[in-house]
Amino acid sequence: MTEENGALDGHGEEPSRRDFIYIAAGGATAVGGGLVIWPFIDQMNPAADTLALGSIRVDISQLLPGSEMTVMWRGAPVFIRHRTEDEVAEARDVELSALPDEDARNENLPDGTPALDANRVLRPEFLIVKGNCTHLGCVPTSQETNAGGEYNAWYCPCHGSHYDKSARIRRGPAPENLPVPDYFFESETTVKIGLNDEERANSGWAVA
Amino acid sequence: MSGPSTYEPKTGFTKWLDSRLPIIRLGWDSFVDFPTPRNLNYWWTFGGILAIFLMIQIVTGIVLAMHYVPHEAYAFDSVERIRRDVNFGWMIQSMHANGAAFFFVAVYLHMFRGLYYGSYKAPREVLWILGVVIYLLMMATAFMGYVLPWGQMSYWGAIVITNLIGALPFVGDAIREWLWGGFSVGQATLNRFFSLHYLLPFVIAGVVGLHIWALHVPGNGNPVGLDVRGGDDGKKDTLPFHPYYTVKDGFAILVYLMVFCVFVFFLPTVLGHADNFIEANPLSTPAHIVPEWYFLPFYAILRAITFDIGPIDAKLGGVLLMFGAIAILFVLPWLDTSKVRSMRYRPLTRWFFIFFVLACFGLGWCGAKNPDDYVLGIEGFKFLYFGQFLTLYYFAYFLVVLPVMGIVEKPKERPASIEAAVLGNNTNAQPAE
Repeated sequence: MTEENGALDGHGEEPSRRDFIYIAAGGATAVGGGLVIWPFIDQMNPAADTLALGSIRVDISQLLPGSEMTVMWRGAPVFIRHRTEDEVAEARDVELSALPDEDARNENLPDGTPALDANRVLRPEFLIVKGNCTHLGCVPTSQETNAGGEYNAWYCPCHGSHYDKSARIRRGPAPENLPVPDYFFESETTVKIGLNDEERANSGWAVA
Repeated sequence: MSGPSTYEPKTGFTKWLDSRLPIIRLGWDSFVDFPTPRNLNYWWTFGGILAIFLMIQIVTGIVLAMHYVPHEAYAFDSVERIRRDVNFGWMIQSMHANGAAFFFVAVYLHMFRGLYYGSYKAPREVLWILGVVIYLLMMATAFMGYVLPWGQMSYWGAIVITNLIGALPFVGDAIREWLWGGFSVGQATLNRFFSLHYLLPFVIAGVVGLHIWALHVPGNGNPVGLDVRGGDDGKKDTLPFHPYYTVKDGFAILVYLMVFCVFVFFLPTVLGHADNFIEANPLSTPAHIVPEWYFLPFYAILRAITFDIGPIDAKLGGVLLMFGAIAILFVLPWLDTSKVRSMRYRPLTRWFFIFFVLACFGLGWCGAKNPDDYVLGIEGFKFLYFGQFLTLYYFAYFLVVLPVMGIVEKPKERPASIEAAVLGNNTNAQPAE
């Protein structure tokens, strides 16, 4: 009984019981509050149907060498360019040390893969990259319209970023190469962008 | 300044109400009998103007929301329908769009007033900080509101600004995707921006309530920066808010609304951008993306950083400096070391202030121009370099000028009291410090 009296006037041997109740109640409130808040934060992340729209098939049979097309994928542009042999040669004749960003930025290959042109394409003649500048997201203009910038490939007019024949950043404020989305060739003339796990395992990508 | 209340309920009902909810007493003490320094000039009328414009924006906004469709396929057309087909939609839409611009004109004048007359100094630090909070909320509201018409500038402005978030290390990409609700600015983004754009003005109204509460504890500052004296002398320094300042504020509000009407009725789109009359197109970037004019100085600061600073790359550095330009206002009360509030009595700092205002306008000019163009056609003098110089001055004003001048500057002689400043009776002048 002395212990209980002690707890009541706050000077006894066992104030810890009441402290425990305070801490437990406070802790449960904090954890419970956090658990309730999370759904209200997470609801803003991409919804299931948005994620499900994650893949497209593109017919590239009409895409002649030296021409390119822009397709919409996940609400943003993707460039598909059928490169000529000269363009491939130019893209491959670049030292890694000449690149501001030495990472291949290829979603099909591990992070840190060197930004060799061979690590940015599945078939050398087809270059497929996301079409938003890595600086602030503008759509770069292309050699198609004689606005390809210093490397006659892609140029972002917003703040002057120059990309080369492999869509790698060479000059300007953009910090990274245009990223390569996950894709593979479903047939000789069809490319599928946005892959599931099984397709990814059989896509044929390998570090050069 | 909130002394004992002088309100006396006269009728049976007001006596009954006063002992239950003294709301008439609150209004009386705040806006009728509130003792206000007798020397306030027209720079002090922008608080009232801002309150009116908050109301205009809320009322016109609620009406527009009855006709607007927050969907990427219909948003642009619904705004055009409001402008053409909805009864008086042309006027209400113009009031809302131009109202945002006039809201910012007033808030910038209100802020420059505070900077010139030292309104941020003790005992008004919390009042100032609440003002900066309101300003931040206004910027968020205006940015999201500009996205809603879903024109080219709406869309690409949203792309550029949300991509700034992506510059944050480690968490940038995840936060950006969370803001977008997808893999780019799209339907989910537009819908949530509409929801938040509707919410935030009411949050602003709440903080405005706190702002006025914090104002009514120390009372208004004034152009000479002296405190209202205690006791009976205080009565000589002040006038009741009504009728003296209700009339003065009312006159300023009317003049400001007349200028506003010129824009609403005769120049409804002059402050907008032609590209925003083209519907948003994710495949085509406008040649020159610019934010609304009231963001241009910060846009110039963002673009001024074209070089890496140690481990911080240029993109992140620009973002940090842009947010820092506003964040520095939060600590301003503790950066200015001078006890003298009003720039009238700070002969050197006054000039630094005038150049600070010019620098802000200059940054706005740089923000509107291509960084690689030449200022006034002077060969080699790029807007980039001009913007970098002005950015340096902007930060130096807060981090060097204000802390140092408070210590080295000898202030001019100040009047003995507010009463003396107004009535010219300057016998007991306070010696210069």
